[in-house]
Amino acid sequence: MFAQLLGEHFVHTALWAGAVVAVVSGVIGVFVVTRGMSFAVHAISELGFTGAAGALVVGIDPVVGVLGGSLLVGLVLGLLSLRGRERDSAIGAVLAFGLGVGVLFLSLYQGYATEATNLLFGSIVGVSDAQLRTLVIVGAIVLAGVAVLYRPLFFSSVDPEIAAARGVPLRVLSVGIFLLLALTTAEAIQVVGVLLVLTLVITPAAAAQHLTRRPAVALLLSVAIALVSTEGGILLSLVKPWPTSFFITSISFSAYLAARGLGWRKERGRVSRRTPSRTESAGAAV
Amino acid sequence: MSVVAVQNLALGFGERTLFAGLNFELQAGELLAVLGPNGTGKTSLIRIMLGLLAPSAGSVAIEGCPPRERCHRIGYVPQQRVFDRDLPLRGRDLVRLGLDGHRWGFGRIGAEDGTRIDAALSEVGATPYADAPVGLLSGGEQQRLRVAQAIVADPVLILADEPLLSLDLAHQRDVVDLLDARRRSAGTPVVFVTHDVNPVLHTVDRVLYLAPDGWAIGTPDDVLTSETLSDLYRTEVDVLRVRGRVVVVGTPDDQHVHHVDNGH
Repeated sequence: MFAQLLGEHFVHTALWAGAVVAVVSGVIGVFVVTRGMSFAVHAISELGFTGAAGALVVGIDPVVGVLGGSLLVGLVLGLLSLRGRERDSAIGAVLAFGLGVGVLFLSLYQGYATEATNLLFGSIVGVSDAQLRTLVIVGAIVLAGVAVLYRPLFFSSVDPEIAAARGVPLRVLSVGIFLLLALTTAEAIQVVGVLLVLTLVITPAAAAQHLTRRPAVALLLSVAIALVSTEGGILLSLVKPWPTSFFITSISFSAYLAARGLGWRKERGRVSRRTPSRTESAGAAV
Repeated sequence: MSVVAVQNLALGFGERTLFAGLNFELQAGELLAVLGPNGTGKTSLIRIMLGLLAPSAGSVAIEGCPPRERCHRIGYVPQQRVFDRDLPLRGRDLVRLGLDGHRWGFGRIGAEDGTRIDAALSEVGATPYADAPVGLLSGGEQQRLRVAQAIVADPVLILADEPLLSLDLAHQRDVVDLLDARRRSAGTPVVFVTHDVNPVLHTVDRVLYLAPDGWAIGTPDDVLTSETLSDLYRTEVDVLRVRGRVVVVGTPDDQHVHHVDNGH
């Protein structure tokens, strides 16, 4: 049964789509985690849902709606370039209203309820060849964007004050990362659904942080964990007919737990090694 | 030729004027300490010199150019800031950002860049922990890396904004000595904002004292006197010298000894 499914065209399409989305999410996730934008990811994906529901109502491709909704919110949040608590509450307000509008759109929509369910929880095995092509194009745009912005984006993420002093245009980068995040979110929605975007955009990058102190290695590990979670999840769902999203979230969460465990042990080792020579280190670093 | 020329500089927000008519020049190798109570525009002055804040009047020229055109050549040392413990960033990476963090693209570290990063790390004595994550380093170690980050691109000017805050005395001395050594060896002028002059008193050339109702610039012996500060504060202020330390008593903003704790 499993071997037979592996030969099917739709499974190949799903695996390719999963790979594209995993690579893009793993890369963007590193910046999202460093900048503390997890809540923004959630908001952008929920507004992507509103966009998709709106698209269903007027009878166009929901993917267009997802892209429209998340890009709009990404642009607004990026332009505001808020920090800390102010950003959290602004996102919360926008998110709640957007979701309310989404609920209205759904109630107006007369079609199949499965369309809505797919939006919320993903439908990777239903990806068509045309959709795969769109995923690849959008993914290539995101990766090209990251390649161009990489150094100043990284600088402004870890050290905004110095970056500004060195002439790095913080607002341009803020808009840039939010737009790239919006595109990424629109991609991930098609694999894991609106409610589970965080499992690809946040969890792998958060796990990678605990495994290395090298920025470039963190990026690669984040992509690797996202890839293993997505591809592993798709394959497992062929073996057992449970939702693919469940398997993907389970694998990425297990990686996160394991990474935290490993990171915790490493850090303890480091502190206890340093303490005898420089007594202030352990205390002052907190 | 002077490296920095500040001409008739003024800054105000609404009806409140922080400073006005500010004039001074900085020569190569000079160390200027900017002193004064909170809210007199010390940090704003640094932001103007970085080109991040537009003055209400007057101008700043760095090597004859507007600050924004020279900002890649300015080394900036901020207050110590706590990094997240799990931030994937080594000391070496932090220093590298000072070299090429503002450039587009991925970029690769060439052999020459690697040598410069190693030299900067070694100059501040940070080589032993260059590969440790910055989030696990002490405040003093982080500030040494900040100095390395500021000098790695061989700046024409170093601006330091309260770089000693929350450091203990030994680490304060380390950071001052590093900046002092740099300006002597490379001739890089340093502007050093501090609420307490004592850590830099032994090495500072001139001080700029920003007070609520005016400013004064000159050698420490000229500016840090009861007479000058009483004029600036328009009240009776005593400047005492105790075992080589300067103690300012009687400023309106704090009734106890000025240098110990200025509301931070």
